[in-house]
Amino acid sequence: MTATTAPARPAALSPRLTGATAGRVLRQLRHDHRTVAMLLVLPSALLGLLHLIWADVPTAPGEPETFDRIGLTMLGVFPFVVMFLVTSIAMLRERTSGTLERLLTTPLSRLDLLLGYGLAFGLAAAVQALVTVTIATTLYDLDVAGPLALVVLIAVVDAVLGVALGLLASAFARSEFQAVQFMPVVVLPQFFLCGLLVPREQLAGWLQVASDVLPLTYAVDALREVGTSPEATGTMWVDVGVVAGTALLALGLAAATLRRRTS
Amino acid sequence: MDAAVTVTDLVVHRGARRVLHEVGCSIPPGRVTGLLGPSGGGKSTLMRAVVGVQRVVSGTVTVLGRPAGSADLRSRVGYVTQAPSVYADLTVRENARYFAALSGRGGAAADAAIADVGLRAAAGQLVGDLSGGQRGRASLACALVAEPELLVLDEPTVGLDPVLRVELWDHFHALAAAGTTLVVSSHVMDEAGRCDRLLLLREGRLLSDSTPAELRTRTGTDDLEEAFLSLVRATGVGGSGPGHEHRSEERARSGAPRGSERVGRA
Repeated sequence: MTATTAPARPAALSPRLTGATAGRVLRQLRHDHRTVAMLLVLPSALLGLLHLIWADVPTAPGEPETFDRIGLTMLGVFPFVVMFLVTSIAMLRERTSGTLERLLTTPLSRLDLLLGYGLAFGLAAAVQALVTVTIATTLYDLDVAGPLALVVLIAVVDAVLGVALGLLASAFARSEFQAVQFMPVVVLPQFFLCGLLVPREQLAGWLQVASDVLPLTYAVDALREVGTSPEATGTMWVDVGVVAGTALLALGLAAATLRRRTS
Repeated sequence: MDAAVTVTDLVVHRGARRVLHEVGCSIPPGRVTGLLGPSGGGKSTLMRAVVGVQRVVSGTVTVLGRPAGSADLRSRVGYVTQAPSVYADLTVRENARYFAALSGRGGAAADAAIADVGLRAAAGQLVGDLSGGQRGRASLACALVAEPELLVLDEPTVGLDPVLRVELWDHFHALAAAGTTLVVSSHVMDEAGRCDRLLLLREGRLLSDSTPAELRTRTGTDDLEEAFLSLVRATGVGGSGPGHEHRSEERARSGAPRGSERVGRA
């Protein structure tokens, strides 16, 4: 072998490799029919239960129906929770099966891998949100003042946040048991503090601060904006930006946890 | 001719244990080099160092003229781990196509790699539904598909029937004839004779770096298994129980004579 002309260093980000990875993740999903069915049906079914719970509860005159308020918020919470779980397990599998180590010896960059996951589960979340929004607004008479497309958009951004935090959390889990338990750790405090259970203004000062720095707060706020204003508001776009920014930050941190060299 | 891989004074620790002791060797290009020795001897660790996923304490590993693990080596080096690392929830073809895409190749390359490992009939099956041997071959196909200049294969023939094993070895030699460098580990000595060059690794030390013929001449036996055993006896590094290596290492550090241990065991 003579002097070798080395090919260029692989790019930090390759749309082609990101796309190939997203396609691979979706193909894995497609082989798992039950998971696909649960992804599509479960949020609608749970929303139906909420609808029934509040069906006969009277609301004060002038107040929005409780289901309109809570149900709409859940459209952002479901994709966040589901994608967090699915992704953290999927990534843990990559780590334990040896495929992650193998991928890191190929030209695929760490960011390609993580964005591939984000893209694949973001697409899955878009389909999920379309189904859920359609059923909620027709079957359960969910009233949304703003455009439904924005609800779907927010749901997808929430899902991507779930994916990013799931990828990050999987780095700290050695087993599926641990990975699953990261869900309540990451999700429940955000859910308690997002203003759904108790209006944020009524929270103690330090809890409000905690609420201010948790991304789900902004996801819920964005949906509330769409629920009450016929058009997209500036506040809503800021909220969406905060959620998307947090997702990117978490993806960057997750990339830092992928070590090529291990002992 | 430059070596495809040059390892110099490589020291690797796993936890508190030293698993490679200043190993040095060079691997010729366009040849099949066998990495042999009992399991736990450091074969996999040495391979991981060559593909650049092993954290090393000291020493250097140069692969195709570049430091091991360099980013631009990733498209030139293929690695197959001992445990099949493919997606169980994808078909053989989907796995091969994904790894083909990662190296900029298409479906035809994927199908060719599947045929090379004799899995054409199972291409549409989920990897999770295959036998252990078939899974290993699916994993191998995913490395072959990238047509790397250096192929590092950790025990690729484990669990295969004799016919398939011969076919795979023939394929390895065909690849080598076409210019690919192969490093193949095995703990079965009957595969040693199929290699162009042999590295014998035991308890983290390189016992021998030679051709099978040289090894036979040196040890005066035609049986490579026997040759390996006589090398072990000659070097006197030894012990059979787990943890022995660690003990002898501590003894070496504390200056205690090694001989005392051998006497104690005799």
